[in-house]
Amino acid sequence: MLRFISGRLLKAVVILICITVLNFFLIHAAPGDPAAVMAGEAGDADPAFLQQLRERFGLDKPLYMQLWIYVSSVVQLDLGYSYRQQLPVLQLIGERLPATLLLSLSAFVISLGLGVAAGAFASARQGKWADTIISLVALIFYATPLFWLALMGVLLFSVQLGWLPGFGYETVGANYTGLARAIDIFMHLILPAMTLGLFFMAVYARMTRASMLEVGRLDFVKTAKAKGLRPGVIQRRHVLRNALLPVVTLAGLQAGQLVGGAVLIETVFAWPGIGRLMFDALSQRDYNLLLGVFVVSAAMVLLFNLITDVLYRLVDPRIKVTS
Amino acid sequence: MKDFWKRFSQNRGAVVGLVILLLVVILSIVAPFIFTKSPWAMVQRPFIPPFTMDAFVLGTDPMGRDLAAGLAHGARVSLLVGLVSTVVSLLIGIPIGAIAGYFGGWVDDLLMRFTEFFQSVPSFALAVVLVAIFQPSIYSIVISIAVVSWPPVARLLRGEVMSLRSREFVEAAVLSGQTHSTIIWRQILPNTISPIIVLASMMVAAAILIESSLSFLGLGDRNIMSWGYIIGAGRTVIRQAWWVSFFPGLAILLTVLALNLVGEGLNDALNPRLARKGR
Repeated sequence: MLRFISGRLLKAVVILICITVLNFFLIHAAPGDPAAVMAGEAGDADPAFLQQLRERFGLDKPLYMQLWIYVSSVVQLDLGYSYRQQLPVLQLIGERLPATLLLSLSAFVISLGLGVAAGAFASARQGKWADTIISLVALIFYATPLFWLALMGVLLFSVQLGWLPGFGYETVGANYTGLARAIDIFMHLILPAMTLGLFFMAVYARMTRASMLEVGRLDFVKTAKAKGLRPGVIQRRHVLRNALLPVVTLAGLQAGQLVGGAVLIETVFAWPGIGRLMFDALSQRDYNLLLGVFVVSAAMVLLFNLITDVLYRLVDPRIKVTS
Repeated sequence: MKDFWKRFSQNRGAVVGLVILLLVVILSIVAPFIFTKSPWAMVQRPFIPPFTMDAFVLGTDPMGRDLAAGLAHGARVSLLVGLVSTVVSLLIGIPIGAIAGYFGGWVDDLLMRFTEFFQSVPSFALAVVLVAIFQPSIYSIVISIAVVSWPPVARLLRGEVMSLRSREFVEAAVLSGQTHSTIIWRQILPNTISPIIVLASMMVAAAILIESSLSFLGLGDRNIMSWGYIIGAGRTVIRQAWWVSFFPGLAILLTVLALNLVGEGLNDALNPRLARKGR
């Protein structure tokens, strides 16, 4: 297991370095002086600062030297400086990362848990009305624009019903501490995490349903039936466990979309995470910050992939995890 | 064709989807004739609620623009962006997948690592970065959607081509001395059309969602009225004027739903054996 994880980590590092290279070429492909792009001032940056950037990143040297300087500074976790916010990019991201991790991990757990449960429930009642309703709801959520679902959630649960707070991470000025603060944050988390989770719940429900129906037709399930096992036991112990494999694979593939969805959700709910930071960077043309957020969100996706890879090996009945 | 329609129409959802889709297509075609004024024109006082004035069925937005006109004109933008960006991503994904699957070996390894790389990058974040850096315009939007959408095409094509590569008619073509490109174009690609069509219909749906998300974030083309833009513009006034954000979102939902349903119907109709197995 340890060897497996370290292999995956190595692969993740290689991908991150490739993304850094991609970033470098993006900066150079953008219209205008790369120093101006990095400064994010679209040409009106302080000339002294531009000169400083040119020297630091060797922008007068040949392209391959520039690439080397850029990549090696990112590898040393130097994501540059946000001229607009007057702070290092890494520090800005570091302050916002916990909120994004909280949001996307909650959404991930909600969507996978509810999605698998709904899909399994539907497949056990194939063709009955419960199956039809679950499939229909999943189909609709699968087609719903995330940001719109979020807005409608705010409109219904926050503006109309007044049940849940519609924006922010905690009540500003309330100065809660300890448990009261945790509850406050939890209340703020419900709407964003649910909206982000619902879309992916639909994906996993559809996949679980299809996959369980497919596994249910295999020979070993017939054997289990012939042995006289109760249907519930067959569904849980034999069918679900095998049917989960493609779902877990899909969950890994969807991780990227989950992080991307967080950008939209955080924008709607004013959730102080890196997605919101990305939106601010966009409106201020702060490219260095934008690219920094991009690298960190890619790292998050790789982390999610690692989690699902480990999950896969734990779920897969064909692989015995030996300690 | 008769068989095709018979199998397609057996899927009731697909027929419903096709009807919705046709309505959206018709709306996008007749939009300039019904709403002759620019959708940007301020035609009435702002914040007219929907269904209160016959001339402005869906009401007006905070700038006094006709919401119905914006929706009708936005339909064309959504469909066109969805369609064109899907075509572009097919143009990227098909050659990569076909070459990887046909030649195998190190070529396959190299191209698949390249594809995997694009799959492990957060796609929406990459689209945002691309549009922001190359400045928002209809072209940069289409290109960035294509750049983040092609990997599934390449993977699908690679798998299809690999299994076709070992079939007898391809081996016969190799023995008869046809060039690689002739074999790929004449023998292999025509056999991959049905799965590509199914995937493409779902990709148009996904592309419409990405376009609306980009426009919502303010990364849309400033000269083009799109559904995502209207939702973004209505967002700040959602407490006073829910309808400004509500209707365009519903339009996106219905269009995307229709495309997905049609995709499933196409799958049933074009891959009958697979579809029966999946029931």
